[in-house]
Amino acid sequence: MSATNGIIGQSVKRVEDKRFITGKGRYTDDIILPGQTYASFTRSPHAHAKIISVNVQAAKAMPGVVAIYTGADVAGLNGVPCGWQVNFKNGDTMKEPKHPLLVADKVRHVGDPVAIVIAETREQAVDAAEAIVVDYEELAVTVNAAEAVKPGTPLVHDDVPNNICFDWELGNPKEEVDQAISEAAHVTTLEFVNQRLVPSAIEPRSYISSYDATSEKYTLYTSTQAPHLIRLLMSAFVLGLPEHKVHVVGPDVGGGFGSKCFHYTEEALVTWVTKKIGRPVKWTAERHESFLLDAHGRDHITKAEMGFDNDGKIVALRVKTFANLGAYLSTFSTCVPTYLHGTLLQGLYTTPKINIQLTAVFTNTTPVDAYRGAGRPEASYLLERLIDLAALEMGRDPAELRFKNFIPPFDGVNQPGYQTQVALQYDSGNYHGVLTKGLEMLCYSNFREEQKKASQNGKLLGVGFSTYIEACGIAPSAVAGALGARAGLYEVGQVRVQPTGKVSVFTGSHSHGQGHETTFAQVVAGKLGIAMEDVEIIHGDSDSVAFGMGSYGSRSIAVGGSAIVKSIEKIVEKGKKIAAHKLEANADDIDFANGKFTVKGTDKSLSFGDIALTAYVPHVYPKDLEPGLDFSSFYDPANFTYPFGCHIAVVEVDKETGEVKLRRFIAVDDVGNIINPMIVEGQIHGGVVQGIGQALFEGAEYNEYGQLTNGSYMDYCIPRADDLPMFETANQVTPCPHNPLGVKGAGEAGAIGSTPAVVNAVIDALWSGGHKVKDIRMPLTSERVWKAMQG
Amino acid sequence: MSIKIQVKVNGVEYSHEVEPRLLLVHYLRDVLRLTGSHIGCDTSVCGACTIHVNNKATKSCTMLAVQADGCEITTIEGLATNGELHPLQEAFRENHGLQCGFCTPGIIMTAVDFLQDFPDPSEEDIRQALKGNLCRCTGYHNIVKSIKHAAEKMKEEVAV
Repeated sequence: MSATNGIIGQSVKRVEDKRFITGKGRYTDDIILPGQTYASFTRSPHAHAKIISVNVQAAKAMPGVVAIYTGADVAGLNGVPCGWQVNFKNGDTMKEPKHPLLVADKVRHVGDPVAIVIAETREQAVDAAEAIVVDYEELAVTVNAAEAVKPGTPLVHDDVPNNICFDWELGNPKEEVDQAISEAAHVTTLEFVNQRLVPSAIEPRSYISSYDATSEKYTLYTSTQAPHLIRLLMSAFVLGLPEHKVHVVGPDVGGGFGSKCFHYTEEALVTWVTKKIGRPVKWTAERHESFLLDAHGRDHITKAEMGFDNDGKIVALRVKTFANLGAYLSTFSTCVPTYLHGTLLQGLYTTPKINIQLTAVFTNTTPVDAYRGAGRPEASYLLERLIDLAALEMGRDPAELRFKNFIPPFDGVNQPGYQTQVALQYDSGNYHGVLTKGLEMLCYSNFREEQKKASQNGKLLGVGFSTYIEACGIAPSAVAGALGARAGLYEVGQVRVQPTGKVSVFTGSHSHGQGHETTFAQVVAGKLGIAMEDVEIIHGDSDSVAFGMGSYGSRSIAVGGSAIVKSIEKIVEKGKKIAAHKLEANADDIDFANGKFTVKGTDKSLSFGDIALTAYVPHVYPKDLEPGLDFSSFYDPANFTYPFGCHIAVVEVDKETGEVKLRRFIAVDDVGNIINPMIVEGQIHGGVVQGIGQALFEGAEYNEYGQLTNGSYMDYCIPRADDLPMFETANQVTPCPHNPLGVKGAGEAGAIGSTPAVVNAVIDALWSGGHKVKDIRMPLTSERVWKAMQG
Repeated sequence: MSIKIQVKVNGVEYSHEVEPRLLLVHYLRDVLRLTGSHIGCDTSVCGACTIHVNNKATKSCTMLAVQADGCEITTIEGLATNGELHPLQEAFRENHGLQCGFCTPGIIMTAVDFLQDFPDPSEEDIRQALKGNLCRCTGYHNIVKSIKHAAEKMKEEVAV
């Protein structure tokens, strides 16, 4: 079944934009419910401390205070769960300490909540939360994952020895890899930190809950990426509520980048409290709370070694990583450094021997979980830094070294998928193609000349490459389950054709900036041969949409879009039966194209609207067919999808100050078939800038007391408009062979490819000036680059 | 203690008794229920709450409601005239200058003021003008493009 009216593949302007550009968006904090109260929290100022006492007397007497609850009040409730179980190498289950809604015994990171205050106004709630007196006994603190595992280090959880959540390995037997490395003609070694990042969606998290005593039903509006997932986790695992009596709505959401797909303690607490007090409860994070509580990203300490033979072929990769999980396990925290990181260490290369040893560690810091790319940026950073550095060390060209080691092109249909050494089977790829295209756009043949000239003029010019792959569209449920996922990872798509031929589509995917209301409508309009205006996409409401796993891992179009296509196929199949009956033909002889059901080889046809009406007014109708035209599908993908691409950065480094200026950024991405090129390009831009942010500007810094020292936008630098150039983007299309749209997903690609390209470019610039520096710790501030140049 | 203020917002006169500590952005959002101006930070950095006070772009979290007494205010809700979008609103839609839309009202209000003073800006001018507004979705590329296109469109309109 192919597109019939040419809408698929067009840069259709977004249908959701009108409400956003006129101030009519409806984000959670915009919602005001009658009689609503406001919540505020008393939070720990210490990273690690015993709670000796909590005195709420003065606070209770303050104006407007409705209720106060402390850790003792919620001791009987479960904590928020982790959704992915990873076992120790010896088979033992990972350590999974309780993550309580409010802390009663000891606080484990700055911002850990000790009490919740409900008051008539926001200001009264904040005033009273500040008036609660908590007596703490401070404890020694651990913040660095590599240090936290050493004997004698303070324990974040008293029953977790050495702060180790689990250890884990993947790949070929370690002895084989050790031997290959020891026999290699050249080994490039890199010890580095993939620093901790703060996701920074511009909309802070916000929740508003209410309880209707008559229907005994809860409603929660939440700034989430996954409303059904939140309902399931909260009702079944935390609060023990009947799931069908909990209505969760994710209205307009102001960016997520991973940080809003997890189930947070505040979400469950406001839902629990609303029934207690019999009034709606609203809580919206202040930005300093977002810094302390929204799950952070990355935070790996790694030693990686890549061995080469005399010809420049990679013979082995050996990796050892400490992954910091923070103080508690966030929803997907455990799968990020393992199944979204270790499994990507093949990269685009034919490396025959790979082994990763990983230790996941608790520290007195904010929990760490998936942030745009989630594990895959860490993998691509590791590989792409190593290969560029190896080229410098061996005096080889970085592009040539890649061409020499690339997996040859395969389409997954005529050539099989590529089986990696680290569990995955890539679906389709043409890695030579994206690098070739990138080099053309760069005019690489001229670049080295320019670099020499620049050096003579007192500037250091550098180019950095990154040829990345990612695994997205997560994931086949059976595979995810075998690897420890505690949920399925299918998606739900319902297509309801109304009697007049208008179409309502219900998707379990959730849009928080991606433009699903446009892209998904294009898919439906294209497949059914009807106008875009006749299609509405409904998402984010657990009472409207049958079920859903939500949007993360670049899975919306690949999994959610495919579910919709499956339902469209059922609609067309049923439509053919109805048409056949009315046109007195055989269903096998009916063609569907351009919104028309036609008897093959004749001009006898019925429009899509005719069939819709007949399905609901079934006067002349097949005997054994149910009326109606409404189908739902659960689509469980056969495999991950594997987008890939080539990112190239050109930087100029000031010899005197170490300041880095990003001069050019080229992104050639292959995300499979593209439904809306404008939206895909926008996704790439956004991802690229988050990756550039990691390379040049961002990094959460904890001091030895466990205080986040840059917990505001005054201190933590997310990229601004004047930090960046215009981007040069292009696409190559290698369709995904295993989903009906041939799509792969584009949400994270930019963030996965860009970071190593920028850092490689700075290193290249420094080498061109004679500074043979292997690594500079990200973010590459002027000070760090300047110091590196001083040796 | 409450203080009485009078303001004109999007052409409508309002009079309210407000707490002295009430921020202008909270007055707009909670009292007038104009929720198009958003709050993205608590340090006056993100710019999501940018409005016009007496025709100048202002972060409405940097002012108390009582300081706005006697002022004329325009918010994103008041930018379109007679149902016709402002050229900047149109340009953001045409050029995919927004994704999640949360920073968008503030950025558009900043850009409207900027183009009043600099009707023919270079790319660098635009990027400088956006320093006080954070966007985490778009990477700014299409925002810069939107403002450039709007400037061209507005110049054409003036020429006609």
